Parts: sequence; structure tokens; C-alpha cells
Amino acid sequence: MKQCLVVDDSSVIRKVARRILEDMNFGITEAEDGQQALDECRKTMPDAILLDWNMPVMDGLEFLTSLRGEEGGEKPVVVFCTTENDVAHIARAIRAGANEYIMKPFDREIVEAKFQEVGLI
Amino acid sequence: MTPAEFEFLKKFLKERSGLVLSNDKQYLVESRLLPIARTSKLETLSNLIGTLQKGMNKKLETDVVEAMTTNESFFFRDKTPFEHFNDTMLPALLESRARTKTIKIWCAAASTGQEPYSLGICIKEAQAKLGGWRTRMLGTDLSNEVLDKARAGLYSQFEVQRGLPIQVLLKYFEQKGDLWQINASLRAMVEWKKLNLLENFSHLGEFDVIFCRNVLIYFDQPTKSEILGRLAKLLPEDGFLVLGAAETVVGLTDAFKPVPGKRGLFQRKVADKAKPAAPASRLAVAGGLAR
Repeated sequence: MKQCLVVDDSSVIRKVARRILEDMNFGITEAEDGQQALDECRKTMPDAILLDWNMPVMDGLEFLTSLRGEEGGEKPVVVFCTTENDVAHIARAIRAGANEYIMKPFDREIVEAKFQEVGLI
Repeated sequence: MTPAEFEFLKKFLKERSGLVLSNDKQYLVESRLLPIARTSKLETLSNLIGTLQKGMNKKLETDVVEAMTTNESFFFRDKTPFEHFNDTMLPALLESRARTKTIKIWCAAASTGQEPYSLGICIKEAQAKLGGWRTRMLGTDLSNEVLDKARAGLYSQFEVQRGLPIQVLLKYFEQKGDLWQINASLRAMVEWKKLNLLENFSHLGEFDVIFCRNVLIYFDQPTKSEILGRLAKLLPEDGFLVLGAAETVVGLTDAFKPVPGKRGLFQRKVADKAKPAAPASRLAVAGGLAR
């Protein structure tokens, strides 16, 4: 079973994402901010990361930059999932090493389409 | 909606668009036609059908046909046809059309434009090989409303997230407020025309590739055969026809044969001129003896 780390400071979003991803046969771990996510990754590197942008302590972009510098940190497929929906933000995320980008609000179909796009399903 | 009203609607749609409405499609009728009943102040489906029966409201008739025949569409829907386009059709045409350097594509059920624009993106991505080539794309649909949307090339955030990789979105779209618009260069690649496949379309001329996906499913068998026959007349022997993943030509026409191993892809079936004469005559003799 592939593992996906869901990183979002909203418990509601984490719950929705968890339900969708579990149906897609992913094992789920959760983190509330970038720092928690980084700690999780240092324990076990997941196959995929669904990543919010705006979070307290450490934001999504900062986390992604740190992750890509870690040993084994190039491995997880990172899919941003954020309300930041302008070209500038998307381009920054891609440059920092994001593999795909979901603009909130999202639904099951979008998550499936994007995960398929990057070969996770 | 009474059974008699549903029967009238079935007959009306069959005549106007060829659409075959099966009896399990009541929910579809309600979800598509109730909004029209409300906006035209008729409030109920019974009133709407009553007005259609009087035959005095052309605008309503058009709206109903359009609402019932519109399909939901995604960019790169089903993926495979576009892989066939990149890996099979384009390489073949690059060779066979090397003299004219022109490729003509017809999307016969273009709906809101995602299919022609997806093909346009394939062509742009293959630009290195297509230098000096002209590609002409025609998108047709029964509905003016969807063609207006296709022409504008404006899509919601939801629409651009199903089927489009984010890199492709960044490369070929511009953000317009809450919407995303396919860029001017891609929009200029496609010509849009209103067209009913039930009517004569021979005036469109020849094409190298025809996409006719998920539209024949709405027609009955004789209509399907008849349309396939007319499509074959617009396609040269080395051209390609693309049907939906669940569609086939088997039992419908002798004009097309499936391309082996390429689901949904068809070519004209042509009498084999290279067949050696001897075995054929032996067969004829054998046939004669048997009789």
C-alpha cells in the first residue's frame, strides 16, 4: 500500500482528503504544518504528499524546499493543494519541486485526475 | 411528466437530433429540462412539453434539443485517443502528407472545445517535427451555446483541473479572473461551425483525421450506419477515424476496420487490390464445384 502524508492546518480538509485517498487505497498519515510534516518524513519517507501552502510554524513552500534538500527527499511525489490559485504561486511551487498542483476547492475527481497525472495511481 | 409526455419528448428529440432517449433517462430529462422550464417561466416539465407540442416556440425547441444533447467534456478525455494521435496518426501523416504539409482534423462532436484544444496542444508539443506544416482544425457541434463557449476558450477552475497537467495549464492558458482561457494562438487553430450530423456534411471536404467520440451512442443502429457511411466519404484511405472507447463499427458498416491494438482507432476498409489472382480463381472454382 502506498503511503500519503496529508499536510493541512485544517482538520476538516485533512478529513476530506483522508477519505478520498483511503478510497484510492492509500495509507494516510497527517501533519498540521510544515515542521510536523518534515518530522514525519524524517521518520518514514511517504510515496506522496498532499500539501497545503498557508500554515502556521512552517508553510508548504518552505517545507517543500527543505524536503527536497533532505536525504531521500527527492522521492515523494508532492501535490500542492491550496487556495493560492494564481500563476505566480503555481510557478513558484513548480520551481521548488512540486509535481502537481490542485487549486482549492477540490473534489474526488480532481484528486484522482491529478494523482493519475503523476503516476501515483 | 406523464408517459404520454415522455413519449412525445422521445419522438421530438429523435426527429430533431437523432437522439434516442431510452425509458431509463427520465432523471436526465428532469435535470436538463427543469432549468429551461424555470427560465422560460413555464415552471413544470408538463407545461414545457405542452408548449413544445403546440410547435409555436422555436427558441424553446432549440434550447431543449441543445440541453439534451450536450455532453460533459474534459481535456484529454480518456487519454488513449491522444496517445494514438501522437504515436500513430501524427507519424503516419508526417510521412503520407509530406508533399502537401497539411493536416486537416475534424472534431465532429466538439462540445465545449476541450477535445479540439487538447489536439491543438498535441500539435503545439510536436511543433519541432511540424515546422512549415499547416494544421487546420474544424470543431462542430449541434449546439450554439456550447460552440460559443468553445470559441471563447474560457474554462472554470474545476474544468482545467480534470485532465490537464499543471505544466500544460501554465504553458497554454491565461488566467482571467476566476476563469482560465486557452491562449490566442491555440484558439486561432480551430474553426467552429454549427452542424447536425443527421444532415448532409459532404460540403466540409476531406479530412485526414476525424474525431467522432461518444456521439453515435445516442443514435439507433440504422442512423449510426448511415453517419459512418457518410464519414467514410470524407476520409481518404490513409486517414483515421476515432470513436469513443466503448464504440465500435462491428455490425454497423463495412466502410471502416479497427486498427489492430489501437482501441477506438479505425481506418477505411479498402478492397485489397494486391491480392494475387491465382488463389482467388481457385477459390472460385472450388465454390463452383461445391455448388
